[in-house]
Amino acid sequence: MKLTRQQRELGKKFWIYLAALVVSVICVFPFYNAILTSLRTGQDLFLTSYLPTTFHWENYVNALGENGVGRSLLNSFIVATVTVGICLLVSITAAFALARVRFRGRKYILFTILCVSMFPQVAVLSGMFELVRFLGLYDSIGSLILSYTTFSLPFTVWVLTTFMRSLPVELEEAAIVDGASLWVIITRVFAPIMGPSLATTGLLAFIGAWNEFMFALTFIISNENRTVPVAIGMLQGASQYELPWGHIMAASVVVTIPIIVLVLIFQKRIVSGLTAGAVKG
Amino acid sequence: MSHNSRTLPPSAAVVPPPAASAQGRKRSLQQRRARAAWLLVAPALILLFAVAGWPLLRTLFYSFTDAAMDTPEEYNFVGLANYLDFAEGERFGVLADPLWWQAVGNTLWFTACSVSLELFFGMLLALLMNEKFRGQGLVRAAILVPWAIPTIVTAKMWGWMFHDQYGVVNDLLLRVGLIETPLAWIAEPTLSMWAVVIADVWKTVPFMALMLLAALQMIPSDLYEAARVDGASAWQRFRRITLPLIMPAMIVALIFRVMDALRVFDLIYVLTSNSEATISISGYAREQMVSFQEMGVGSAASVLVFMMVAGIAACFLWINRFSHEGKEARE
Repeated sequence: MKLTRQQRELGKKFWIYLAALVVSVICVFPFYNAILTSLRTGQDLFLTSYLPTTFHWENYVNALGENGVGRSLLNSFIVATVTVGICLLVSITAAFALARVRFRGRKYILFTILCVSMFPQVAVLSGMFELVRFLGLYDSIGSLILSYTTFSLPFTVWVLTTFMRSLPVELEEAAIVDGASLWVIITRVFAPIMGPSLATTGLLAFIGAWNEFMFALTFIISNENRTVPVAIGMLQGASQYELPWGHIMAASVVVTIPIIVLVLIFQKRIVSGLTAGAVKG
Repeated sequence: MSHNSRTLPPSAAVVPPPAASAQGRKRSLQQRRARAAWLLVAPALILLFAVAGWPLLRTLFYSFTDAAMDTPEEYNFVGLANYLDFAEGERFGVLADPLWWQAVGNTLWFTACSVSLELFFGMLLALLMNEKFRGQGLVRAAILVPWAIPTIVTAKMWGWMFHDQYGVVNDLLLRVGLIETPLAWIAEPTLSMWAVVIADVWKTVPFMALMLLAALQMIPSDLYEAARVDGASAWQRFRRITLPLIMPAMIVALIFRVMDALRVFDLIYVLTSNSEATISISGYAREQMVSFQEMGVGSAASVLVFMMVAGIAACFLWINRFSHEGKEARE
């Protein structure tokens, strides 16, 4: 029996909704599970039940206070903000030149920047370690600001360049005809309308710095200077074999929620920022 | 900034004579802008050299020495001994270390598995998101969640879900009846790499899907209508229209993901504690450097990591260019 067009449409709809449901559940479930675990204590932790059973907030208090995750949150915030600030400041002029001015060597610079943004962090680890020691930054968050620039800067330059390239040429032409210098063009014409692009780029770079692990693990040894990923990675229980899953999940939820909220608020921008470099480049 | 550039050495400055044509004036403006451009790029380039170029050179330098991590200023040159050395009939160095080759194998296996799975699921997800249905916004929000979660948190979350006794994964598989006894996902060497791959795929499929979706949305819909009128099946439409048109974006996304997967470190370090069955090349280099304090050996391993990643990137670029040229030749 041949299905009518309407039946086929209906069938297609059914599969689409089913797929959408499955995808959403798979994406959200691990985080949901982490929240469930974070609200359980004692023997409850080892219940594999998929609905909330108890609401204990001790894990959160414990993780933030005793385990020093609160302090680490502050460190992470400072490191990521300062890194992103420096990178944006330096990259806005560079991105303007790379996107709007034709000059010899431009392609090579862009290619170099792309390469640097992709190379493995471990390749600079020992050289960076030497630099950090030389500058007296070992075991301070300054070492992280310095080392995070390695991957943040090429990223911000690259994304801002693609954003700047998409702005209309007329914008500049009018200013050039009026005899405005490049500096005036950047500060008076481009900077005011770059706000949204800067915010998107900054946010993406912020997430990158917030999540970094290898440098943070290597250059920081004292508890009070740790950033969030290392603090969570290092959470230990009473014995080596007994991980405090409740605390770990509570800390994980705490550090993830701000990022998820930011991402959901700026959804559209983030998606455009993520894809800008790839699709058009 | 442009009046700054006028004070530069006059080597390239072409001052147009008063009677110069508009063409000449235009060129001089272009030249002035070009010189100013270098000034604008300079801070970024200098900073980039300081935090990336210089450390990279120093890593290369240290790879030829026997420096230790706690006293990097005391070292002797040892030539290529950190890479490969023959002494008393035995081989030493990174290239003679079976663990290094294990790490190379792990990293390549991880990259191949996770990136191909990501491409497959990312494509399915992108095709789904390209359809119109109610509640699309919610699904889009949901798929951004894995992407937004920090890698360390991903590692811990999945570590808990893969727990051999209390983990959700075993529980679900037992309930469905796919397994009869709980599996030791993290401890069992044959399974631990799959645990890492699954966690990585979960985290990075959204990125792949969003990249592919952006490309899908740029395909004009009348192409599909025309094909449908001509009686092309869904598979034919996908194969002949969708795939060729999103190919460039797909290749770029693939390059990004492969480069990212090749330098994997944090996920493995936290999820499986750098166990021998899962250690990556980055993990190996860092272990030599930090855990064993062998800065020289670690640097040598880092240089090898760098060369391997750069080599694979070069292959990709070469294939990409090659396929572009082929396409142009055919057209």
